[in-house]
Amino acid sequence: MDLGFSEEQEMLRTTARDFLTKECPSELVKKLAEDEKGYSPELWKKMAELGWMGLAFPEEYDGMGMTFLDLVILLEEMGRACLPGPYFSTVVLAGYTILEAASEEQKKELLPKIANGDLILTLALTEPSARYEPDAITIEASRDKDDYVINGTKLFVPDANVADYMICVARTKDGASPEKGITLFLVDAKGPGISITLLKTIAGDKQCEVIFNNVRVPKGNIIGELDKGWPVVDKILQKATVGLCAQMVGGAQKVLEMSVNYAKERVQFGRPIGSFQAIQHHCANMVTDVDGSKYITYEAAWKLSEGLPATTEVSMAKAWVSEAYRRVTLLGHQIHGAIGFCMDHDMPLYFKRAKAAEPTFGDADFHREMVAKELGL
Amino acid sequence: MDFSFSPEEKEFGVQVRTFLDREVSDEFLSDLEERGEVDFSREFTKKLAQKGWLAIAWPKEYGGGGASIVQQLIFNEEIGYHHAPTGAHRQGIKILGPCLMVHGTEEQKRKYLPPITAAEVVWCQGFSEPNAGSDLASLQCCAIADGDDYVITGQKVWTTNAHRADRCHLLTRTDPEAPKHRGISYFLVEMRSPGITVRPLINMLAAHDFNEVFFDNVRVPKENMLGEKNQGWYVSQTALNFERSGIEEVGMASKTLEELVDYCKETKRNGKLLANDLIVRHKLAEMAVQIEVARMIAYRVAWLQSKGQIPSYEASMSKLVGTELRKRLGDIGMQILGLYGPLETGAKWAPLKGRVLRAYLHALGQTMAMGTSEIMRNIIALRGLELPRA
Repeated sequence: MDLGFSEEQEMLRTTARDFLTKECPSELVKKLAEDEKGYSPELWKKMAELGWMGLAFPEEYDGMGMTFLDLVILLEEMGRACLPGPYFSTVVLAGYTILEAASEEQKKELLPKIANGDLILTLALTEPSARYEPDAITIEASRDKDDYVINGTKLFVPDANVADYMICVARTKDGASPEKGITLFLVDAKGPGISITLLKTIAGDKQCEVIFNNVRVPKGNIIGELDKGWPVVDKILQKATVGLCAQMVGGAQKVLEMSVNYAKERVQFGRPIGSFQAIQHHCANMVTDVDGSKYITYEAAWKLSEGLPATTEVSMAKAWVSEAYRRVTLLGHQIHGAIGFCMDHDMPLYFKRAKAAEPTFGDADFHREMVAKELGL
Repeated sequence: MDFSFSPEEKEFGVQVRTFLDREVSDEFLSDLEERGEVDFSREFTKKLAQKGWLAIAWPKEYGGGGASIVQQLIFNEEIGYHHAPTGAHRQGIKILGPCLMVHGTEEQKRKYLPPITAAEVVWCQGFSEPNAGSDLASLQCCAIADGDDYVITGQKVWTTNAHRADRCHLLTRTDPEAPKHRGISYFLVEMRSPGITVRPLINMLAAHDFNEVFFDNVRVPKENMLGEKNQGWYVSQTALNFERSGIEEVGMASKTLEELVDYCKETKRNGKLLANDLIVRHKLAEMAVQIEVARMIAYRVAWLQSKGQIPSYEASMSKLVGTELRKRLGDIGMQILGLYGPLETGAKWAPLKGRVLRAYLHALGQTMAMGTSEIMRNIIALRGLELPRA
């Protein structure tokens, strides 16, 4: 049993942290929240040069051949810095889908370009029903000669506005059970029939409504097998859920540090507020939540990285971290007092991201239900 | 990073589970419950000794099993899971023994260690006093030098198993002028010494576990002082270097959760299986999540120790998390049992032999014993986060 990271992993973390501290200060984060694209092409290029996009891709596709656990470390640092942009969409949502299910030809075509920072992708999964279950997939893709024609609405598609391609999860057959009859399509995001509306959110991320109006997709753009797309989505969701938990852990750790530092500096009643027991206990509760979040996330990440079954651990991680991160930001605000309530301050960045992350890939209730099933209830 | 155990470690875990399945059967536990001795069994302690697992944690030179930290972790999780009674040996094995090994004279080690490992002697801990709980260092029980002895006078309270113990390890004040931490000495006392009176205290579970202990001019030979005079406080901190993961709490919670899950799969309320009730499902799932988080927090302590590091705030965090978890689990169990919850063991209709009720009541004391949750948070804040003192 070893709950620590290797030297290489620690170096990856340090390099990422130093890089993002320098290249992604909170001023940039706030600026990009207002920016239509929501990312900095210069920063994107630098990240690609560091090999970050292809970190977990096999070397044969211009990747660095590292593991999902390694990627989780990187995602944690990105969460700490509130890094804006389509990295998660491109690398985790789309990248892993392609790795998992695409043909050799598709992999050769797409993965090197992603690794080099030349392509931005996303996964168009959720619909207005806002659920992560197979029966929530109602958008239709109907066969027309050698093409499929997609009609319907996807909602909460991250970074559709800047994507070159979207992987659209569509229903190709109404089967006996909702898991059957779902297919993944690689869609040109800038093609005809697609209308994208940017939705402003508190988290500064680029969520979109995407309306598909007779969008024609050649059958060669199917990723994986016809009608058998849901098991792929299920696998990707596991990685996405844990990847998001990692980002949340990074943010929570930063909030803890900010709050403890503030408690040491802010003086009231002739002494630092951190010398009052109420504040000390808030901080103790925060670090307990942060440490618990770290290890439950790492446990799930390690299992996924090793290819071990991890359904229970993934849901436990998200159920826990969803609420722990929220608790940590709430206490962080209490410690900072009124200044933390100002738009200028960094606390709102984390508070809002914590809230947006809570329902993403399933909220605590959704994942508790998964755990209940795993318990045999 | 590796969250798994080695094949040898897993094999050891299987052996421990097999042994405990047999020795700590439901009948055995029911029998203890009936006698009001839920956490105390000299018989079980002896069986562990015979198996060579009583002092599993101790170095071989002191009659121990020399088990690795991870083996101890696995062992203790199983002990917790089986709700095995450790009261007859916990003080000797986990707390006093380590202090003796590090600070004892050769004579003291020869005299006191073998009876512990042979399960021949039960120890109780004379630490807390009516005016010295969280502020233990302010203790007043005094020891005055007189010829070849020290004469001890004072009162201890919350002394678990004082009524069953053969010996007592005791903190006393030997220098009232010194700053409080530096005027304390540590003694090893025979409970049958003249002048010792044990008065029962009945806890909320109507059980007689702890006591008041009065020392009225009790003579203790000078050679019964452990460590140097006025260094007793620091001697008592030695147990910090031994296994402190707090994994037992997690093990106990796991078993209670399993029993609740089984209960819900079999029991109907309003014509519907409890297991199909959304609220029940979520409460149980939430407990499973919290147990896993607590497990990770406990494992981390063991992992640090396995690397030769001395955990500081991490062990306090594990104690905090594990004990608070048991309160919440007891609470959830009682909520699920509804009107049946308050039925005591032995009452007709009492579910699960009243064990969830007892877990609920017992958990209340655990966030106070061995350092309150508030003290744990103080330690986390001051030592872990280096926040300033008042």
